Amino acid sequence: MTAPALVVVRPGLLTTVQDLGRWGQQALGVPVAGAMDTRSLRQANLLVGNGDGAAALEITLLGPTLRATVRTTAVVTGADLEVRVDGRRVPVGRVFEIPEGGELHIGGGVPGTGTRAYLAVAGGFDTPVVLGSRSTHLVSRMGGVGGRALVAGDVLAIGDARRDAPRLDITVPPAAVPLGGRLRVVLGPQDDWFTPATLDTFLTASFAVSARSDRMGFRLDGPPIVASRKAELVSEPVAFGAIQVPSGGAPILLMADRQTAGGYPKIATVIAADLPLAGQLAPGAPVRFTACTRAEARAALIAREREIVRLLPEVVER
Amino acid sequence: MSPGSGGALARPRLHWSGDALVLVEFDARIAPEINRRAVALAEAIGAARVPGVRDVVPAYSSVGVHVDPLRFDTSALEAVVSHDWDRATAPDEAAAALVEIPVCYGGAFGPDLDEVAAFAAMSPDQVVATHAAAIYRVYMLGFLPGFAYLGGVDAAIAMPRRESPRTAVPVGSVGIAGVQTGVYPTGCPGGWRLIGRTPVVMFDATRDRPALLQPGDRVRFVPVAHDRWPALTVGARA
Repeated sequence: MTAPALVVVRPGLLTTVQDLGRWGQQALGVPVAGAMDTRSLRQANLLVGNGDGAAALEITLLGPTLRATVRTTAVVTGADLEVRVDGRRVPVGRVFEIPEGGELHIGGGVPGTGTRAYLAVAGGFDTPVVLGSRSTHLVSRMGGVGGRALVAGDVLAIGDARRDAPRLDITVPPAAVPLGGRLRVVLGPQDDWFTPATLDTFLTASFAVSARSDRMGFRLDGPPIVASRKAELVSEPVAFGAIQVPSGGAPILLMADRQTAGGYPKIATVIAADLPLAGQLAPGAPVRFTACTRAEARAALIAREREIVRLLPEVVER
Repeated sequence: MSPGSGGALARPRLHWSGDALVLVEFDARIAPEINRRAVALAEAIGAARVPGVRDVVPAYSSVGVHVDPLRFDTSALEAVVSHDWDRATAPDEAAAALVEIPVCYGGAFGPDLDEVAAFAAMSPDQVVATHAAAIYRVYMLGFLPGFAYLGGVDAAIAMPRRESPRTAVPVGSVGIAGVQTGVYPTGCPGGWRLIGRTPVVMFDATRDRPALLQPGDRVRFVPVAHDRWPALTVGARA
C-alpha cells in the first residue's frame, strides 16, 4: 500500500510546516514559531476535520506544486491564491479532493488580498515532533522538514485522517486584510520611555512594512520613533506582536519567529485578536496603530473566537 | 521592608505586554540576588499550573508569563506571586552545578582576541587568563535555543559588541559583549567579540535536558591547546 504523502514538485517562494507553535520551551531559549496567521491555520484544520493545532503548510505569496500519492482531502485558507487541482480551479476556503497521483498547484494572488495561505490535509502533516511541535523555526533550523523551507523532492507524510471527522460543506472567506492596515495595540510595556509627542506620532502616522521583513519581524518604515530615556533595558521576555524600538528609530513588529527575549524598549503590543491580520501584511503594505484597553482587546478576541465557532459549530463544540 | 528571606528586595509588579504576556518584574537590575528570585518564582508559577498559562520564561530580573487571554485569570497569578515571590527557595550559588567548558582561545577559533587585548591594554594571553579565571552565573537563556547569558565578565575585558554583526558566527564560538559572555549554540549571525571556540554541544533537542546550561548554573571556561581540537570534537559528538 502506498503511504499517504504529498511530494513537493516545486516548493514555492517560502513554504514551511507550521502548527500553533512550540509553546512551553522559551525558558530554554527556544522560539515559539508557528503560523503567522493562526486564525487561517485553525480554520483550515477544522474544515478538513483535524484538531485546530494540526500541522499544515504555510505558503508565502507564491505557492508550491505538490503531487498526492493517494486520494487526499485538503483545503487552502488565508490569502486568496490561485489553487488548481490537475488544472481545474478550486476556491480558497472550501474543501476539495486531490485524486491519487493528482497534482495540486498553488499560484499567486491578487495584490492586497493577503500574503500567507495555509494548506491543510485531513490527518495533518506527520513531520517529526520536536520539543512538542512540528513548527519550523528557520533561524535555529528546528522542526518542519530539516528545520528549513520546503525544497523540490521533499516528501510530506500525512497522518491518519479521522474517518468520522465531519467534512464541512461550507466556504470560509479568504483572510481579511485590514483596511489601511489598522492594527489595535495596548500601549507599553515601556510606553513611559517615550514622550507624549512621540506616542502621538506613533498613533497617528502611517508606517510601511519594510522589504527587510520576515517571519521574525516586520521593520516599519515611517517617521522616526525614538525613546526619550537613554538607559539600556535589561533583557526581558517578549510577546508575539510587541513593537520594539531600537535606537535607530525604526520600530520592529515582532512576529512568529521572534526571539524569546529582547533588550529594546517596546512602545506598544498588537492585541491577540489582530495578530492574524498582521500576519497577512505584505512588504510595502501600510500600517497604522490604534490604542485600545485590555478590556477592549479581550472583547475583540471573544468576537473573533465566536466568528470561528459560528462557522464551525459542530467541530468546535466537541 | 518586606518580611522573610526576601530581605530588602521589593515585591515584584505585574506589567502587561498586550493581552497575552504578563511580565512579573523585580527591580530591573542584573544582580545574582534578583535573578535568583526570578528563577525561583518562575519555577513556582510553572508548578502552580495556573489555567491559561502557555509558557513561563525567567529572565534577568523578570518572569514572562505567556497566556491564552480567554482562559487566564490574573488573580490566580497574583495569588501565586504574592505567596511565593519571597518564599520560593532557589539553590545557593555554591550549591549550583559547576559546568566546565573547554575552549580553544585565539587564532582562527577566536578572531577577535587581539582586538579585545588591545581594548584591555593586555596581552592576548592575559585576556585568556582573565576570561578563564572567573566563575560565571547563568542568568537566562534566550536569543537561540540553548544560548545562555553569562554574567560577571571582568570589567577590564568587557569590550562592547561589534558595531556591525558578523553575518556568520561558527557554532561553539565563545564571545564577549560588555560584562556578558556566552557560547553560540548554532552557527548564525552575531555581534559578540569572538575570543575562542568550544566543541561542547550546547543544545540538542533529542537530549533529556536539551540545553546544557540552566539559569542559576555556574560556568568556568578551561583553556585547551589548539592541537587538541580534533580529539575534543570527536569526544563531543560521541
